Amino acid sequence: MERLLEQIINGLQLGFVYALIALGYTMVYGIIKLINFAHGDVFMIGAFIGYFAYTFWGFSLWGAVLIAMILCAVLGVLIERIAYRPLRYAPRIAALISALGVSLFLEYFCSLKFVFGPNFRVVQPPVKQIHWNLGGIPITNIQIIIVAVVILLLLVLQYLVYRTKIGTAMRAVSFDHDAARLMGINVDFIIAFTFALGSALAAAGGVLYTLAYPQIHPFMGIMPGLKAFTAAVLGGIGIIPGAVLGSLIMGQVETLTAAYLTSQMRDAIAFLILIIVLLVRPSGILGRGGPEKV
Amino acid sequence: MLEVKDLEVFYGSIQALHRISFKINEGEIVTLIGANGAGKSTTLRTISGLVRPRSGKVVFRGTDITQVPAHTIVRMGIAQVPEGRRIFSNLTVLENLLMGAYTRNNKQEVEENLERVFKSFPRLKERIKQLAGTLSGGEQQMLAMGRSLMSRPSLLLLDEPSMGLSPIMVEEIFEIIKNINHEGTTVLLVEQNAFMALQIAHRAYVLETGRIVLEGPAKEVRDNPRVRTAYLGELAFVS
Ligand SMILES: Nc1ncnc2c1ncn2[C@@H]1O[C@H](COP(=O)(O)OP(=O)(O)O)[C@@H](O)[C@H]1O
Ligand SMILES: [Mg+2]
Repeated sequence: MERLLEQIINGLQLGFVYALIALGYTMVYGIIKLINFAHGDVFMIGAFIGYFAYTFWGFSLWGAVLIAMILCAVLGVLIERIAYRPLRYAPRIAALISALGVSLFLEYFCSLKFVFGPNFRVVQPPVKQIHWNLGGIPITNIQIIIVAVVILLLLVLQYLVYRTKIGTAMRAVSFDHDAARLMGINVDFIIAFTFALGSALAAAGGVLYTLAYPQIHPFMGIMPGLKAFTAAVLGGIGIIPGAVLGSLIMGQVETLTAAYLTSQMRDAIAFLILIIVLLVRPSGILGRGGPEKV
Repeated sequence: MLEVKDLEVFYGSIQALHRISFKINEGEIVTLIGANGAGKSTTLRTISGLVRPRSGKVVFRGTDITQVPAHTIVRMGIAQVPEGRRIFSNLTVLENLLMGAYTRNNKQEVEENLERVFKSFPRLKERIKQLAGTLSGGEQQMLAMGRSLMSRPSLLLLDEPSMGLSPIMVEEIFEIIKNINHEGTTVLLVEQNAFMALQIAHRAYVLETGRIVLEGPAKEVRDNPRVRTAYLGELAFVS
């Protein structure tokens, strides 16, 4: 029982990190109908920036999260500007290929010796792990930090998207670009803003990830990226609450598979889910008639 | 107020507009009538900056706006109610209206505009919290018009506002267009419903396969035999 509880909490932690990545996939898809395959690599770069910030640049954990978010927001805007905007009205496949190209470029560029280098690095998180037992629930301070920060960011995002002018404009653009233009909305700016937002969230996810899984390398974004993408599809791509729901499910499935079946299966299960969702319910759990999309 | 000069627009290799020219004076209702596919929507989309012409010019109040981005053109005072309304069904009625005021940063002014729109369209006020997609066709047209008025345009472009509406609803919409014009907004009205459009317009242009084939005061255009047969549904006398 204790073990199951522990696994569920581990799954929750993982699911919340996936949620931060999945939101970027879903928001970008919602607004330009593009799967930004480079998004997992933004997560990776966020993890590295955070690591540098708290290890070498003297930042606290919060400072590291913040600086990773800011730099990755800029990176996200650059990626959109260079790799996607010129192809915005080209056939969908062109942008998709461009996305794969950006992803590979970031991975191999970051592997260069004078960038991050190709090797694994073991991270010394700025927070020491402490185990607690809260009324029979085994939990660590890091798990609490991760879940708390993610929930805080989700609340901020919710407020931004549903309560502010720019958030309303994001939803308007996601529904109809030309109609949004006729309102005086600068659609290019809103799209860039969406990339900035999604990338910043992924960066925060990257830094938090290093607290729980203190090992980083230039290809570390691939698996979490694919799983978060699967989670976004599972919840209903383009739907913000769907990304969170899908991620929480993914987190549980993955941890429970690893704990009770076999840890070699954990990645395979993720893709099995993707295939089943695509076959049975391609619009996802909350898709069609569910909450509005962005 | 607005001058369109020798506009040529292509979609790929298809030419949609062949050097069309026309003018709109301050305070007028001008109508652009023509059959389906004549190029009416293309004309409006070009004025609004959604489509770029291959050649020709659009001049608004002395400024060449041919290359100005669409979102800036709204700021300059031209709003468009597009064909098919294109309301944001995923937003509430109020959010739709606030998007119409996107270019306006003064909160108090936006509040005043909202009140003005609710005065013209009282039905929208009862539904502000509702998702726009749940409105009836007539209400959606009202929302689309109210939304465009939220930017306080000096020139309003209307693309087939009567499309898909019941005759009573059409009467109501045209009444509102007249009122909007009385209150000082210049109107360019695109219609397939030529009969109604010619009743409220001051001047008219007739567009046929991308060319302006006839222009003049609305009364004269209405009495033109060719217009009567082609657009007003009267039988031609064949001798
Ligand atoms: N997006 C488009 N791509 C290609 N051709 C188009 C497009 N939009 C309109 N057209 C063509 O341009 C011509 C004019 O269309 P349009 O301006 O919509 O006419 P109207 O509004 O008078 O019905 C038509 O022949 C139409 O098929
Ligand atoms: Mg049309």
